[in-house]
Amino acid sequence: MTEPILSVRDLVVTFGTREGVLTAVNGVSLDLYAGEVLGLVGESGSGKSVTGLAILGLIDAPGRIASGSIMLDGAELLGRPEEELRALRGRRLAMIFQDPMNTLNPVLRIDTQMIEAIRAHERVSERAARERARQALLRVGIPSPEERLDAYPHQFSGGMRQRVAIAIALLHRPAVLVADEPTTALDVTIQAQILAEVQSLAAETGTAMLWITHDLSVIAGLADRIAVMYAGRIVETGSVVDVLERPIHPYTGGLIGSVPSRNKRGVPLAQIPGMTPSLAKLPPGCPFSPRCPRATVTCRSMMPAETPYAGARMARCHHPLAGEPLAA
Amino acid sequence: MEQQASEMADYIEADRVAIAPELPPEPVAPGDDKGESLLRRHVSEFLKGPGAVAGLAVLVALVAIAVLAPAITPQNPYDLSRLDIMDNVLKPGEKLGSGVTAFLGTDDQGRDMLSAIIYGLRISLAVGAISVVIACTIGASVGVLAAYAGGRVESVVMRIVDLQLSFPAILVALVLLAVFGRGVDKVVIALVIVQWAYYARTVRGSALVEKRREYIEAARCLALPKSRVVFRHLLPNCLPPLIVVATVQVAHAIALESTLSFLGVGVPVTEPSLGMLIAHGYNYLLSGKYWISTFPGIALVIAIVAINLVGDRLRDVLNPRLAR
Amino acid sequence: MSTPIIELDGVSKRFVKPLDAAEKIANLFGAGLSDEVVRAVDDVSLAIGEGEVVGLVGESGCGKSTLGRIVAGILDPSAGIVRFKGRASETLTGAERRAAQLAVQMIFQDPMSSLNPRRRVVEIIGEAPVVHGIVPAAGMDAYVCEMMGRVGLDPASRRRYPHQFSGGQRARIGIARALAVRPQVLVCDESTAALDVSIQAQVLNLFMRLREEFGLTYLFVSHDLGVVQHIADRVAVMYLGRIVELAAADAVFSAPNHPYTQALLDEVPRLEAKKKKFSALKGEIPSPLRPPPGCHFHPRCPFAFARCRVDRPALKEIAPGRFSACHLNDEPGPRPGKVFSSGAVTAA
Repeated sequence: MTEPILSVRDLVVTFGTREGVLTAVNGVSLDLYAGEVLGLVGESGSGKSVTGLAILGLIDAPGRIASGSIMLDGAELLGRPEEELRALRGRRLAMIFQDPMNTLNPVLRIDTQMIEAIRAHERVSERAARERARQALLRVGIPSPEERLDAYPHQFSGGMRQRVAIAIALLHRPAVLVADEPTTALDVTIQAQILAEVQSLAAETGTAMLWITHDLSVIAGLADRIAVMYAGRIVETGSVVDVLERPIHPYTGGLIGSVPSRNKRGVPLAQIPGMTPSLAKLPPGCPFSPRCPRATVTCRSMMPAETPYAGARMARCHHPLAGEPLAA
Repeated sequence: MEQQASEMADYIEADRVAIAPELPPEPVAPGDDKGESLLRRHVSEFLKGPGAVAGLAVLVALVAIAVLAPAITPQNPYDLSRLDIMDNVLKPGEKLGSGVTAFLGTDDQGRDMLSAIIYGLRISLAVGAISVVIACTIGASVGVLAAYAGGRVESVVMRIVDLQLSFPAILVALVLLAVFGRGVDKVVIALVIVQWAYYARTVRGSALVEKRREYIEAARCLALPKSRVVFRHLLPNCLPPLIVVATVQVAHAIALESTLSFLGVGVPVTEPSLGMLIAHGYNYLLSGKYWISTFPGIALVIAIVAINLVGDRLRDVLNPRLAR
Repeated sequence: MSTPIIELDGVSKRFVKPLDAAEKIANLFGAGLSDEVVRAVDDVSLAIGEGEVVGLVGESGCGKSTLGRIVAGILDPSAGIVRFKGRASETLTGAERRAAQLAVQMIFQDPMSSLNPRRRVVEIIGEAPVVHGIVPAAGMDAYVCEMMGRVGLDPASRRRYPHQFSGGQRARIGIARALAVRPQVLVCDESTAALDVSIQAQVLNLFMRLREEFGLTYLFVSHDLGVVQHIADRVAVMYLGRIVELAAADAVFSAPNHPYTQALLDEVPRLEAKKKKFSALKGEIPSPLRPPPGCHFHPRCPFAFARCRVDRPALKEIAPGRFSACHLNDEPGPRPGKVFSSGAVTAA
């Protein structure tokens, strides 16, 4: 069994707010293997975006990484000085955001930004860097890249901008790419294009991807494995086929049942009652217990531990929907 | 980062509210149903800034002094029968003929400076506040109506506003007062005419943004009468920048009034405001009788700085980046 | 069919940005600038029957939001007629006009900005019924409690402000506000787009329950095909201001006729877990400022031929109740099949 290229263990990220200290990420552990796509799924407030930002070291005050470990290729990232992290970001670790304007500077031309990104990590001449930028744009499917290089971000459509952001992210063939809801704001046909590009590019460069989203359908088509987050914790992991066909955790089951589709035409959707809990007032025990139809006294008082299941799966639940836990 | 923190804060608030259909509603925390209005939230934010709190305290003190003027001053400086020209230009600490100690000296007409400053402050604050309130009401109404009407009406109104704003305030005020004559009420009118356009432009800017928001579309969908939409829905949401501008404009109005009085076209000579006192003492500055100009000047500066501190803090608190 | 409750007859909406003074002067020197015209809605005809749920789908720039607002009465059409229960809205006056306006209400997309942040919930919901005399001022409080109960909110929280509620609850407040004026038609403009999946499910179930309880008619505007698949009876597909396909939901989703519908359905990610190779329609969505001539879709259509570049296809009835705007339907012989997904070709 190969070693994971990115390994996160017991990550805890806290935020200081007006109402006290909130724990946005509460003991998250995950492994990402080279060449695979791991989907990190959760709703708002689950902590998925914060996890992605923590991996890149982009958590600023009032947030801080309280404890845990993030290992890239066996080397610890937390606690490293900022210069070393900056050398890694862009070269071995890259990120794309929901709004491509988080990556692109509106007052600089595209070629300026891409050349800057290239020369930050490699010593190449400007002409060579520009040629590489042109090829990168071609690879992500932007027509007539030579002219496009001279353009400003606002002259591109939303889908194009996101493609440029992806091109910049993949310039140095990073080992790990973290994508935070990159296609949520895009139209269906454009989303399909971007997903197609990303799939082929990742296969070509062998980049491992952590795809953060709330959209289970995208994950179904794109990812190899899936991790489901709720209230700052991972509640289930496993291969996409296993988790979507035979979910173990009731929250995963509820999410799957909530997705409208043709199969359920006319029938009321299986809804999860209530709403996401406030991070400041989490109940003791399992955070999902107030909304769970299977909750018992045990659930409300004791936090379930990460339990391994057959088929390289994990879930945190006292009363799982299916599956027999492996002996510890 | 801040956005996520504030999203989480939103969830904290939401947790106090009961939840959806199939579950019985959870008991709500007592006292919260009165609704924490935005006002209460802004007030608590405001009080966290030390400069602003100090400024507010000073302002409150000044207003209190001004209101209680007749009770606390040793002498009524506007009562001509009480003044004795023999008392003029006494040094600070000397006694007047009537036995009252002039802690800050007297001016060239025998007025006790302390009393004159307090009464002058009264006039300055009153003129500033009243002119701002009237100008704000007129300007805000014009601005929001113009923004809502759009088209030709808006263009015409805004050109008038631009015209008004292109003239220097002092120039307009001087011309108006030359026409009206002297008097506190005439000063207020002149200040209103000079200021209203500024509010109109500020409000029109906010209103243009708010006009496109969905809750205004919803109000139109619900067939609410136009006047209601403008004054009950649109205008209240344009208030934040207006409040900030108005606060700082009080300081400007006071400064403008002082300037006009200094130039001799403002308040009458017998009821001097701070500006007029400074003017009177101007001639004596170089002969070492500093107190006639300096003390009113200091009082003016304190008032304006306090108002500006409050205005600055208000601008930070009412920044639309916060919960909306 | 009995009189449709809403009927759009050749409705168009143009947004014009006229030249300003500087540009007019530039034209005197031969700059050749012209007014910017966006035909957001281009000659659309649609009839919605009472009690139906009609889904209106399309991507950005297709004009579905504009069309929704025209139906709801927020925007006036530049051309064409909007009829409510057979009577054109321009011909109504006074009380009748107001009744027609109130009968069609809109549920908005953004739960944050669709509620007045400075008003308490009780005022937000209760204002319009009192203003229009549906409920006397004294009875407003009780009425609001009833409305809140109907949408699943605790009436005890009615004196709070919108920012004290979560996104899903604000969506419900918006629904209560619309229901309070006793509408007959609800236009939902991407009403669930901004919500989490689990909350979206709650709100969709609420819509369906309300439909049964009150016999409402819905025009459901959405870019989310999954949602529309779930609840719509009939579906209209829009592209750059025109309806390209209109049919019963089953027909559209199992055997789409228009190439754009086919592409759309093929590219929607589905939950059925199989790692698929995404293959996509080439090209960007054209700008509504410069739509392609003839059939708007021809630059991206794999089946385009000479006629498509020149002639605008009309929305024709190709089978009872099925409408499609595609020249391929006029051509004799078998239709070319879907070639979007890898390999499999299925005849439409």
